[in-house]
Amino acid sequence: MDRNNRGKVGKDNVELDNNKNGDVCWWLLHKGLASFFLCISMFGLLVRWTVSLHSYSGAGNPPKFGDYEAQRHWMEITVNLPAQDWYINSTKNDLSYWGLDYPPLTAYQSYIHGLFLRFFDPESVTLFTSRGYESYTGKLLMRFTVLSSDLLIFFPSVLYFIHAYYDVHSRGRKADVAWHILLILINPCLVLIDHGHFQVIKLNSALLFKLSPLSFCFVNLMSTYFAPAFFSHLLGKCLRRKHPLLEISKLGLVVLGTFAMVWWPYLHSRDAALQVLSRLAPFERGIYEDYVANFWCTSSVLIKWKRLFPTQSLRLFSMVATILACLPSMIQQILAPSSKGFLYGLLNSSLSFYLFSFQVHEKSILLPLLPATLLAMEWPRPFKLLTHYALFSMFPLVCRDNLILPYIALYALCIFLYHPPGGRWDGAKRHHSTPLTLVSVLLTLAYLGSLVLHIVYLTVRPPERYPFLFEALIMLLSFSHFVLFAFHTNTKQWMLSGHLIGSDKGKKQH
Amino acid sequence: MLQNHPEICRHLLWFFGVAACVKLLLIPSYHSTDFEVHRHWLALTRSLPLSQWYSDETSPWTLDYPPFFAYFEYFLSFFARLVDPQIVDVHQGLNYEADTVVYFQRISVIVSDLCLVYGIYRLTRKLEAKKRVAMWILVIWSPALVIVDHMHFQYNGFLLGLLMLSISYLQDGRDVMGGFLFAVLLCFKHLFAVAGPVYFVYLLRHYCRGGLLKGLGRLAAMGTVVVAVFAAAFGPFFYHIQQVISRMFPFGRGLCHAYWAPNFWVFYIILDKGLAFLLKKFGIDIPTPAASFTGGLVGDSSPFAVLPQVTPLSTLIMVLLALSPCLVKIWKNPHPGSVARWISYAYTCGFLFGWHVHEKASLHFVIPLAIVAVQSLEDAQHYFLLSIATCYSLFPLLYEAQEYPIKVVLLLLHSMLMWFGFSAKFSKVKPPTISDNKKTRKKGSSSSSSRSGEEGEFVIGWGGKCYIIGIVIVETWGQLLHPYFLGDKLPFAPLLLISIYCGVEVVYSWVWQLKRIMAD
Repeated sequence: MDRNNRGKVGKDNVELDNNKNGDVCWWLLHKGLASFFLCISMFGLLVRWTVSLHSYSGAGNPPKFGDYEAQRHWMEITVNLPAQDWYINSTKNDLSYWGLDYPPLTAYQSYIHGLFLRFFDPESVTLFTSRGYESYTGKLLMRFTVLSSDLLIFFPSVLYFIHAYYDVHSRGRKADVAWHILLILINPCLVLIDHGHFQVIKLNSALLFKLSPLSFCFVNLMSTYFAPAFFSHLLGKCLRRKHPLLEISKLGLVVLGTFAMVWWPYLHSRDAALQVLSRLAPFERGIYEDYVANFWCTSSVLIKWKRLFPTQSLRLFSMVATILACLPSMIQQILAPSSKGFLYGLLNSSLSFYLFSFQVHEKSILLPLLPATLLAMEWPRPFKLLTHYALFSMFPLVCRDNLILPYIALYALCIFLYHPPGGRWDGAKRHHSTPLTLVSVLLTLAYLGSLVLHIVYLTVRPPERYPFLFEALIMLLSFSHFVLFAFHTNTKQWMLSGHLIGSDKGKKQH
Repeated sequence: MLQNHPEICRHLLWFFGVAACVKLLLIPSYHSTDFEVHRHWLALTRSLPLSQWYSDETSPWTLDYPPFFAYFEYFLSFFARLVDPQIVDVHQGLNYEADTVVYFQRISVIVSDLCLVYGIYRLTRKLEAKKRVAMWILVIWSPALVIVDHMHFQYNGFLLGLLMLSISYLQDGRDVMGGFLFAVLLCFKHLFAVAGPVYFVYLLRHYCRGGLLKGLGRLAAMGTVVVAVFAAAFGPFFYHIQQVISRMFPFGRGLCHAYWAPNFWVFYIILDKGLAFLLKKFGIDIPTPAASFTGGLVGDSSPFAVLPQVTPLSTLIMVLLALSPCLVKIWKNPHPGSVARWISYAYTCGFLFGWHVHEKASLHFVIPLAIVAVQSLEDAQHYFLLSIATCYSLFPLLYEAQEYPIKVVLLLLHSMLMWFGFSAKFSKVKPPTISDNKKTRKKGSSSSSSRSGEEGEFVIGWGGKCYIIGIVIVETWGQLLHPYFLGDKLPFAPLLLISIYCGVEVVYSWVWQLKRIMAD
């Protein structure tokens, strides 16, 4: 497996050479990257739609149902009420029942989807009566909204990203690019949550690919997770221009302009805007829920945060911790902005948000996972590990949604795709394989442990005294890896600028 | 170029693994009657004594496969009972749709596909890498198999695996083993018997040769093997053999299935209707038949207004007639290299002219044809269109909205993969020396002049392009325009259109194959 591709560059020779060396996937690239992309998107579509055949979050589970019902309810609200009333509690809009708590852009998206649903199945979005509406057609249409937003926004963005990324770096063989496309498009976590559990996360993430100031504003609205990275990268870039002040003010204007555009219906009065803001930041819910593999939840095994401190101070704590955790990568970007560093910055900032911010959901691990996927070719092994633990940390959620089968199938699929015969992209780096160190042994043990824990979680009943013992174990294991990972990526990011500012190396640990 | 076998095996398993993941994801798809049929057979074989297997009438889905398949179900039912006892309960299990039974049956199909994988492994282990991979794409990732086996529910992968194994043994020259496996296959599913004449003539001429005495001895040996297999299958049912036979050959079902398979009879019926219509226009009074083909179910009598009636016997004669040129060819020159071609041709004839043919039966010739398809450029081009057309003809099998995107994407994806695979295999930059797999078709000059067979680029001609565009048009008509313009009127028309359109390709393919065999 190891004996192929050691630094071959000639495009035309690649197929023939690989053919000799036993790589069986050469034919996929034969017709060029564009058709490969098309082919993989087809496969991606197939996988997505087959996953969506399965159950969804809160299926047949009244009175509150789940995220599926939340999305449907948003469509119901946005279609039937004027935009000003979307975020306001009224007789027509009961905010305690899945009230909108995403920014306006998501609401607009819900509105478009709602129109689509109303056209084909009016019953599914009528006010009040459609609550808990579940039907064959309804499910199909809902699934289709997710698929279409994937198709219309996510896939083109990936294409755009690949184009921009490999154009700028102008390195990497065709096969590398191809595998990168594959990794981004068929990401088991994303597919499982979007098409199984039911979410429309893709849209948020998709905009990310467009590395431009305009998208910054959108992203800022939807996922603050990435904001620090965008901010520092753009600031750093502006500072390097001829007229830093002018550039910054231009940027600021663009940002404010987009904000104003998106928030237009809520800007007529201060109250309305504040109302929306308060919906977006649901501080009343407590610092954590369930078992999320982040700092607060994990440490609560030892320190009962919720009992020791009032919510007010916890809010402060989490904010400070998050900012502190973001800081190193932000500083790096301001000092030496680069597009690769920017991707690392995205990863680091979203990871620190996941680990330290207030009210994190299991699904939020998708946000750090996304930039990680974009960087997958840089470090395949840690990336595989991250994917594994991201999936693993969502396992209890998946079990609750009755999605174990797609979980297993997608997991197996991603193992197959990550290890194509002939070792396509991993094999290229394997010749300087890591020696058997303590760390690698520990990682392997943890990996095996997590596999065992999957089975244990499904088959063994936890002891009476600790009903959530296994959830806690899963959380602990995932958390430890995420922290390790955060250290690793921060280091990596600082290493990027190592040759530029060697003296700063000391700062890399936070 | 040849690699060691474990490596090929690993690569092949990778292909299978990717497919298996998708198949796993397909588990909750459409719950067809065939699913219940197979579930009932599980219950039947587990709960009833052997003597009642073929006489039980608890469910309308009586056992109509030969005994080996019943044994196979018996074997599976052992595990089924461990999973959930209700699955194998004849009465309480009726229309049982719990997760356990769905998972169990679906996974049993996925696992039984390993038989096909082994067959393909045996067939491809000695081929060059490009041919090998192209064939894996064609068979292991076949969308038609996914649709029929893993969405609709049948065990075709397993049965075709036996057929492929048999072909691979014949190609290796191990005729007894090939004949034995074919006999076994017949005892699994008797619909495969259409290739019987081909096997008979081939084995007679290829195996039973070398003098009268030796030939007769070999004939006796082969006969013993086949008889032994049939005895093992039907022996336990010796006292009920009448019942078994009557269940296995339900001729009362009529010439065509509810949905018309794209074969010769579609054109025959259309012609009949057209003639009847014309004659009426000219004022000639003809008795209109009572039963209508368009109603869906077809009765015992074949209601033709003008053309001669069709009986099971006449279909049999037509199949044999269509086969005869090929049989003569085999008689003259029985060489193992063309076995796959002949067998696929036999199944094509069976599909085209047979009695009560299911559209699913197109798998019987499309899958073995994959062996031939990688051998030359023309074969590849022919296969490309045929595969698309037959897969498209399976679309009406899955009529629910939920599966619609799946079948479309499967077909598109596979067409792309096929195109990649073929054009990688048949590209211009190939070295001039190709070891033509046991075939001695190279004649005349060595280099540029006779490149037609092996070299040149894989392109789809204008005819093929038009045909593919036609599929798009037919599908758009059926899905969008027909309901829009005509509403609920003529609900069978889109299906009929699909049958006719795909039938054109199947008839073309039949002629093409025949020409090819005669030219060989």
